[in-house]
Amino acid sequence: MENRFDMEFIGISENESLARAITSAFAAMLDPTVEELSELKTAVSEAVTNAIVHAYPYEPGTVGLSGKINGNTVYITVTDSGIGISDIDKAREPLYTGKPEEERSGLGFSIMESFCDRIEVMSALGEGTMVTLVKSFGSLKGES
Amino acid sequence: MSISKTEKNTLLVEITGELDHHTATKIRTKIDNAISKDYKNIIFDFSALTFMDSSGIGMIMGRYKKILKYDGKMTIVSPKPQVKRILEISGLMNIVTLETSINKALKRM
Ligand SMILES: Nc1ncnc2c1ncn2[C@@H]1O[C@H](COP(=O)(O)OP(=O)(O)OP(=O)(O)O)[C@@H](O)[C@H]1O
Ligand SMILES: [Mg+2]
Repeated sequence: MENRFDMEFIGISENESLARAITSAFAAMLDPTVEELSELKTAVSEAVTNAIVHAYPYEPGTVGLSGKINGNTVYITVTDSGIGISDIDKAREPLYTGKPEEERSGLGFSIMESFCDRIEVMSALGEGTMVTLVKSFGSLKGES
Repeated sequence: MSISKTEKNTLLVEITGELDHHTATKIRTKIDNAISKDYKNIIFDFSALTFMDSSGIGMIMGRYKKILKYDGKMTIVSPKPQVKRILEISGLMNIVTLETSINKALKRM
């Protein structure tokens, strides 16, 4: 099937559960297993939480959430217009956190990577960050 | 969530629903207010916890560091599969024990 959605919300922590609920309802159209759906939901939670806690250090900014379904594959993109990531490779390393004083474990990107087929990260300092999660459901793995 | 003080210097912390950055922030403060040298052990009852992400790991790790100062112990009871997977990825299973009931967890304290 083919489908799309595109939305924005204010980057306040209340909206973390909103983003998970929307993503779940959208991906549920592909009839995933409970495990597949909970993996995607967890990965989205990580990306959205990062946009909320890291991108906007001074006041909440806008977070974008969009989804695309193409065949058996779902693409979820989380965007912010925040501070950006200076070294993406380093940020993606397991256990790396820019905020050790805030009880962060540095596992967000590792969880996104292990719960999705692949992730794409684009970022520019002072402009923002875009994270796309790609996950195919069912036995017919692979993008169409 | 609820916190109760029980036998063996133990705080029984039941977290229901979803443990993310939003809920972890509130839960953290409540637990920290209850930790003392008389209540240095923590049992987390996760039987009704339906979701957890890395913010939950940060919250658990942070509490673990606190009770370690008093030589306290931590046990997690009945995590659902999604929660268990996050616990496994985090490496927390190496320092915290898992149990299938609160009674069994209390026996360990
Ligand atoms: N949207 C973003 N904007 C700016 N910096 C980001 C963004 N996302 C991630 N980062 C940076 O990448 C680091 C690693 O992110 P990751 O999610 O892996 O760990 P964390 O958020 O620090 O900890 P955890 O996710 O375990 O709570 C962050 O600490 C932060 O410095
Ligand atoms: Mg994170």
